[in-house]
Amino acid sequence: MSSNKPVSSPNSQRKSWVPIVLILIAVGYVALVLLIPAANVFYQAFSKGFGPFVDTLKLHDFQVAVGLTISLALIAVPVNTFFGLCAAWALARKRFPGRTLILSIIDLPFSISPVVAGLMIVLVYGRVGWLGPWLLDHNIQVVFAFPGMVLATIFVSLPFVAREVIPVLEEVGPEQEEAAKILGANEWQTFWRVTLPNIRWGLLYGVLLTNARAMGEFGAVAVVSGNIAGKTQSLPLFVEEAYKNYQTESAYGAAVILGLLAVFTLVVQELLERRTRIKEVE
Amino acid sequence: MTTTTTPIPPTQPLPGSRAKSQNWLSKLWHLHWTWRVTWGYLAVMLLIPTVLMLLKAIQEGPGKFWEVATSPIALSTYDVTFVTAFIAAVINGLFGTLIAWVLIRYTFPGKRFLEGVIDLPFALPTAVAGLTLATVYSNNGWIGSMFAPFGIQISFTRLGVGIAMVFISLPFVVRTVQPVLGEIEKELEEAAWCLGASQWQTFWRVLLPPILPAILTGIALGFSRAVGEYGSTVIISSNIPFKDLIAPVLVFQNLEAYDYTGATIIGTVMLLLSLLLLFVINFIQAWGQRYVIK
Repeated sequence: MSSNKPVSSPNSQRKSWVPIVLILIAVGYVALVLLIPAANVFYQAFSKGFGPFVDTLKLHDFQVAVGLTISLALIAVPVNTFFGLCAAWALARKRFPGRTLILSIIDLPFSISPVVAGLMIVLVYGRVGWLGPWLLDHNIQVVFAFPGMVLATIFVSLPFVAREVIPVLEEVGPEQEEAAKILGANEWQTFWRVTLPNIRWGLLYGVLLTNARAMGEFGAVAVVSGNIAGKTQSLPLFVEEAYKNYQTESAYGAAVILGLLAVFTLVVQELLERRTRIKEVE
Repeated sequence: MTTTTTPIPPTQPLPGSRAKSQNWLSKLWHLHWTWRVTWGYLAVMLLIPTVLMLLKAIQEGPGKFWEVATSPIALSTYDVTFVTAFIAAVINGLFGTLIAWVLIRYTFPGKRFLEGVIDLPFALPTAVAGLTLATVYSNNGWIGSMFAPFGIQISFTRLGVGIAMVFISLPFVVRTVQPVLGEIEKELEEAAWCLGASQWQTFWRVLLPPILPAILTGIALGFSRAVGEYGSTVIISSNIPFKDLIAPVLVFQNLEAYDYTGATIIGTVMLLLSLLLLFVINFIQAWGQRYVIK
């Protein structure tokens, strides 16, 4: 294939098979690890037609799981977006000792195992936890209930917005904001009219990733939810439970919904990246 | 400046700790509200839970801690978790660098698709990943059935855990190496060629040194993710102690058995490792800055 030839150099011209072999290895590896398993989700869900899939959609536990997953995202995404914006605005404009440390602390949820994150929540809010007795006295249930699942979801999806927005803010620089201030804009106007338009693609990207993680989180939510079907079972938990009970069709029916979420995330991500690339060229 | 963080007291501050601490307090009090939100949120969501867990682990006393942390079952889960994750991360180090290279340097049909699909493990919920990997790599699955005749069982063994770890840590190396590789100018390579270096020498002496920190960062990030991974590994593993039981599952099982002490101690071991890894990653990144020419 002539299109596989690298740009031009006598050396690589002579060894034109090198790129082809490298491309084949790369594609083969990705196919084996990513593509075939991903295709399998859709194949398994629809290999026996739409019937089993529609049956899954009608299950009560499934519908509750979808509702719970959406509610978790509806709470976690705005809260973490607000925090992420605050943290980004505070951190991007200043250089001070310990700044990298704070950035690392914000990244902590990425490196802490989700199960350990869930365990932490149990140790704070659970029956034997530090706040547990007080919560019990006031009849507030956090662990093995919806609030705990919210906390777990917020924890694991905390860093995304801050992570995406900080580099954009750093790149834009403070000049435009300062100009707006000098022209008499207040903080809110500066943010709304100057900062937000500059960071909008990065922000959207961060929100998208937060949402994907919030809807897909398994480990942390599994620890704190108690996993009661039809009550505290989010969609990923439903997938695992159905699979363990040999209800493979239900498992794949729900998995397809989550798989579509992933496809949606990747497509929007690609579009956003193209946007930023076009902007860079300009 | 967006903030009002420099409130100098009207009176001359007295030398001494009292004046200093007052100054510090008033600084904290006058922090911009975005800072207050950031600190408050981080404290409630992250710092307090982390510190409380460490405190609980300390309360158990060093003897008990050591006994639980190094019990035979715990040691076997560390072996399965850390050694397998390390191997998976190194495999991805090799293939991830190759994929980044292919994406940066060559054009071929389907390249954009490949580019987009690399991030799939970030976007696909881990339970779904575990479910489909367990099926595809099972003895009668699409890929597993090719290995079964040779007596190689993948799903529900340690090998399967390794596959799941390879899956979830794949994007890290590609995404950290890609931008660095993209910045290296083609002229650098061509200069090496003109000076008579072979392709291999060019790669080894000219290209590898500047991208090495990125490769190591990617491997460390992938390792850190693979060690903590729960959703996909718990599904593809048979979760049998001393065979393919991973540390996060042990924490989970302890919690289900209401053994909070055991869960806390194993959880603390994992947390300490995460913190150590974070430190290592920061160190590698700082070291990599040497190569940034600006």
